[in-house]
Amino acid sequence: MAAAQVGLPVRLESVAGELPLPVFVGIMNELEMRYPNHPSTNESQPHILGSLTGSAPRPPADRPVLRHPDTSMDKQEAWSPPRSPGISPPRSPSAYRSYPYGAQRNGTDTLLAYDGKVPGRPSVPQENSSPSHYSLKLQSEQPVITRVASVERLVERAEIDYSDEPWRITEEQREYYTNQFRSLQPDLNALIMGTVAKNFFTKSKLPIPELSHIWELSDVDKDGALTFPEFCTAFHLIVARKNGYPLPETLPATLRPGFVEPGVVAVPPSEATEPLIVFDDNMMPGANQLEMGSVDLQMTSRPGVTTKQDTRDESRKPAEFSPKRIPDLHEKPIQRVSTLKPDSPQELDANMKSRTRPRSYSSTSIDDAMKKVEEPPTPPPRPQKTHSRASSLDLNKLFQQSGQGSRPSQHSLSAKSGWLPPPPALPPRPPATQIFSFLPGSEKSSQKAIQQPNFADFSKFREEDSTPRHQGHAPQKPVRRKLHPESQMATPPSAMPYYAATLTKSTQRPPPKQKREIQMAIRKNRETNAVLTRLNSELQQQLKVVHRERVTLESQLELLRPVTST
Amino acid sequence: MAVCIAVIAKENYPLYIRSVPTQGELKFHYTVHTSLDVVEEKISGVGKALADQRELYLGLLYPTEDYKVYGYVTNSKVKFVIVVDSSNTSLRDNEIRSMFRKLHNSFTDVMCNPFYNPGDPIQSKAFDSIVSTMMVQAC
Repeated sequence: MAAAQVGLPVRLESVAGELPLPVFVGIMNELEMRYPNHPSTNESQPHILGSLTGSAPRPPADRPVLRHPDTSMDKQEAWSPPRSPGISPPRSPSAYRSYPYGAQRNGTDTLLAYDGKVPGRPSVPQENSSPSHYSLKLQSEQPVITRVASVERLVERAEIDYSDEPWRITEEQREYYTNQFRSLQPDLNALIMGTVAKNFFTKSKLPIPELSHIWELSDVDKDGALTFPEFCTAFHLIVARKNGYPLPETLPATLRPGFVEPGVVAVPPSEATEPLIVFDDNMMPGANQLEMGSVDLQMTSRPGVTTKQDTRDESRKPAEFSPKRIPDLHEKPIQRVSTLKPDSPQELDANMKSRTRPRSYSSTSIDDAMKKVEEPPTPPPRPQKTHSRASSLDLNKLFQQSGQGSRPSQHSLSAKSGWLPPPPALPPRPPATQIFSFLPGSEKSSQKAIQQPNFADFSKFREEDSTPRHQGHAPQKPVRRKLHPESQMATPPSAMPYYAATLTKSTQRPPPKQKREIQMAIRKNRETNAVLTRLNSELQQQLKVVHRERVTLESQLELLRPVTST
Repeated sequence: MAVCIAVIAKENYPLYIRSVPTQGELKFHYTVHTSLDVVEEKISGVGKALADQRELYLGLLYPTEDYKVYGYVTNSKVKFVIVVDSSNTSLRDNEIRSMFRKLHNSFTDVMCNPFYNPGDPIQSKAFDSIVSTMMVQAC
């Protein structure tokens, strides 16, 4: 509302004269930037209004100098025929001015609109869906209409973007990027392959060298594929470029994959609050103080993103964190944020990154690189795999007498990473720790309620840890009770609360218990069988490959033998 | 500190060549071209063992009175050639190796970019910056 109010007087002003133009142009850039497909409009004036949402005395300060020549050029442009797409860089600042605020509606447009400049605004009669993104058609009567529309837009968007930074992704933009990501790859934790991303970004009609540069900037782990943050970065850079911002030489800190918005107080407790406080104090130089306003609004969505990042940390691409530290070009305090993410994954990632590098020598294909980067996944899935193979003894020991009902281990993370579900009896420690770290990170309060009582049990019944989240509380109780009398892990004092309750029940059903034990054992054996057969097939394949190589080597040797002998 | 750095494709055409502009660039182009013969000789010379045994770093290809030429070939037959000023005697073999390693790394990064078609000239700015760090700073 305030922004609108501020906007209105300015609108009147701008009607009066052209002078305010340069001052406000700078602010509006950020709002414009968000929307990739803008029908190229004419007016720079509507943008003034958008800029007012920033209501920032600060931003215009830096910009007016730049904008003055542009606006003057712009005015000349008004009377020149629409420009061709091939516009020189000085034009580009005025070019993004051509993107109207009304096009903000396009924020939710699908990718299809990417190509055609579908005018999102009814008030823009001129069909600027022409491919000439940069064509400017100034029309005098339209400004009034467009301005009105843009004011409405601004009112909606007012609270969203106070940031002056063109390299900061706003919430709307992030949502948009998320949707686009989902259209390419439903799993937010997975990667978009290079070719897929290439086709996608080529639709933006940016020149290939620029796209290439954008890719280089955003693919920080250099694996030929984009994770979700990398994708957001790339998309954001494309948006910026289309709005006329020159591409940076290096990735701005705000676009780094691990960048966390400052002031995210609602961050799950797993993240130390101290680093966040540090974060706030050390805002990027040149960062607008109004960021705080946007920060408040972004707070709500932040936890979602950070948890996403948490899971992503744990499940998918830990390697992306190490590059954050490596290209420390800006030396901004915010760099610290990237290190504020759980430190252990970073250490791990540093190793992984160094490890992936040597591999690049042997295979330059993207697929191989991908596979190899995939190889050091998060610890939890891996131990499960090894345990599934090697710990059959442990499992047997653990569940010799216990008649545990089978529980499909529903590790949400493992499911996400596509591993086979580990055998019902999970190894105690890694999943437990994972759960422990995940629990604080989990935002699902409902689950928390369920998990709280289980918490006490976790130390004893680690093998059940994954399931509580997904199964009802009740079904587990019988299982746990069965475990009680037999479990060697159960510490008696902590077992007491359940023990008394379950003792009666346990005594009543020995026969089904034994049956279940047998079933458990059968299942376990089956799983180890499956694992072993898998191993076997893999080894067979490797054997075949090696055989083939041997044959080729031998043939070559024979070819060379006559040469060397003569 | 190299005087000239070149990346040559498998088919022996240059993907990237850059030299210190103080001296005639043509001279360096010619030098790199002639060094290709030596590279070929080296990689074809190892008949018995295949790529696994052949080392990527080829070492000093040949010295002239002004400068030395070092070579490095990847498993996909992409060659890197570094021309170093002879007067720069402080450069040790290890340093040359590390230069090649950096080159190879940044070349891999360029390759990973889906917008780069193998066989195109390398226009990546990141690659350029890596190369600049290794070149003799033009005074």
